Amino acid sequence: MSKVLLDMQNVRVSFFTPAGEVKAVNDVSFQMNEGDVLGIVGESGSGKSVTAYSIMGLLASGGRIVGGSINFNGHRIEQMTEKELRKIRGNEVSIIFQDPMTSLNPVYTIGNQICEVITQHTNKSKKEALARAEELLRLVGINEPKKRLKQYPHELSGGMRQRVMIAIALACEPKLLIADEPTTALDVTIQAQILELMNELKEKIGMSIIMITHDLGVVASMCQKIAVMYAGKIVEFGTVDDIFYNPQHEYTKGLLRSIPRMEDKEHKKLVPIEGSPVDLLNPPAGCPFAPRCESCMKICLRQMPPYTTIDEHHYSACWLLQKQEFEKGGEKA
Amino acid sequence: MSKLIEIQNLKQYFPVGGSLLKPKYVKAVDDVSFFINRGETLGLVGESGCGKTTIGRTILRLYEPTDGKIFYDGVDITHVDMLPYRRKMQIVFQDPYASLDPRMTVIDIVGEAIDIHKLAANSQERKEKVISILERVGLNSEHANRYPHEFSGGQRQRIGIARALAMDPEFIVCDEPVSALDVSIQAQIVNMFEELQEEMGLTYLFIAHDLGVVKHISKRIGVMYLGKLVELADSYELIFHNVHPYTKSLISAIPIVDPNEARTRKRIVLEGDVPSPLNPPSGCRFRTRCKYATDLCKESEPELKEISSGHYAACHHLDRVE
Repeated sequence: MSKVLLDMQNVRVSFFTPAGEVKAVNDVSFQMNEGDVLGIVGESGSGKSVTAYSIMGLLASGGRIVGGSINFNGHRIEQMTEKELRKIRGNEVSIIFQDPMTSLNPVYTIGNQICEVITQHTNKSKKEALARAEELLRLVGINEPKKRLKQYPHELSGGMRQRVMIAIALACEPKLLIADEPTTALDVTIQAQILELMNELKEKIGMSIIMITHDLGVVASMCQKIAVMYAGKIVEFGTVDDIFYNPQHEYTKGLLRSIPRMEDKEHKKLVPIEGSPVDLLNPPAGCPFAPRCESCMKICLRQMPPYTTIDEHHYSACWLLQKQEFEKGGEKA
Repeated sequence: MSKLIEIQNLKQYFPVGGSLLKPKYVKAVDDVSFFINRGETLGLVGESGCGKTTIGRTILRLYEPTDGKIFYDGVDITHVDMLPYRRKMQIVFQDPYASLDPRMTVIDIVGEAIDIHKLAANSQERKEKVISILERVGLNSEHANRYPHEFSGGQRQRIGIARALAMDPEFIVCDEPVSALDVSIQAQIVNMFEELQEEMGLTYLFIAHDLGVVKHISKRIGVMYLGKLVELADSYELIFHNVHPYTKSLISAIPIVDPNEARTRKRIVLEGDVPSPLNPPSGCRFRTRCKYATDLCKESEPELKEISSGHYAACHHLDRVE
């Protein structure tokens, strides 16, 4: 049994806006072992990024962890001060952002930006840091690394910039890498390169990855476990096979039905999920998915369903599952 | 079946500096020909910068073509006054956040074209017209007096579609209309495009980089690379029996939504980036990333040839490609 690296328990993150409290992450719990690749999928505004950012203590102004505990590699993140957080950011946990065009600083050279992380967290001299930076660029598959160190972000293509971002993230060999839609802004052939690279590096460095994405295809090819989020809650959690071949929550099922699949041999009509995403300022009282759910029952509108365990790593929050469970129990008795 | 849209040897170059005597051009679209039948959907796929959006806009004459011809229903419209054709040819843009004027209400956004073409006699008639269009795209009269910021992404895209439908067009260029939307909303909009096509007999040029969506909606698909059409075929033929090395790698690069298949599938990962369109490689433009490339590819540009009925591809080494 491998070691638990990250343990989130009943984490709640809220943003306090002039219009009211937005519960971006609402009672989220999950565990991650060392070496795991976890995918978090969900629509925009479902809280997938905020969940991951809270692990680094990176919340936009007005945002606060209002409850629960985040236990990462022996640290209690929610109790740490900004100064303590800065020691682990980029060192034990690092992040790759979605848009490589805007997440590098345009007025510093690539070398400068990689070295900043290294000198911040280690005792290496500037010269040693530069040598390490060169090594990192080679690791992420950038040709002529010496020349690149002196270049500015605008001189590189999107795929290259994302490689530089990965190099920065890996500079201190983190235990956990958070990848927030790392390939969404890239073309598919470049996306394939970057995913391949991340897979290789995971093996080489032995880190864990949290992959935030809305692309179920990326998740299918990269992750072992998946958390499906909707309106700030994990509605279903399981292994890749659980989620894709035995989905239990109506939202997960709906998502899988609504994707046009390239490999289909005949034209099937898409089955969309009707309605629009929830307004987090005014969330519904019960299950957040209830207003869009085809099998919505009365109780769904009133009360949030508890998690039903399907098997070891697979659980989901839906009243239908509770009902089935109850009926099964009735038969036995 | 009649051809509604046809382009012949269309070229669209954009000047980008250089000197007066030696101007430089980006050859965004270089010598592309195809046609779209009435009531059909043609999909165009390719990576960013391959010229797919430019083709769409040039067909609508939002850009003046550098060379080549555009036909609409058999009439050469390359140099004519477009006003009468604007009613028949419309466009839906990619970004529903940027393509709607934030200071206009929905009724004015959709009604603007009605005013320009003087299709409504009075404001009552205009309002009725707009509302009937809004209902067609799944919105209602309550929405008419609101501003774009009050809507979600999917609803905004519906407004964008309503605007295109206001003129009762025959042909719509759909320029990445679903890329900015969430998956669950994407399916709603794709279905709506299909329903509208059935009801109104619309013809689409559907531009997207998501092959899954394009395959779903299109009858035929064209694949572009650096301003050139490299393969064109019936959509199932293109996905399952493609011949061009670029199409093959493009399709294999798309992550499959099935973990078992993803584990066993062999990916063709292309090396390097797309070359700059300012300075494209000589001969075949794909040769710098192609594993089958020979000297022949450097020296001469392969022509788009019909390899079987309705299936076109541009490659010198089709016999060697596996």
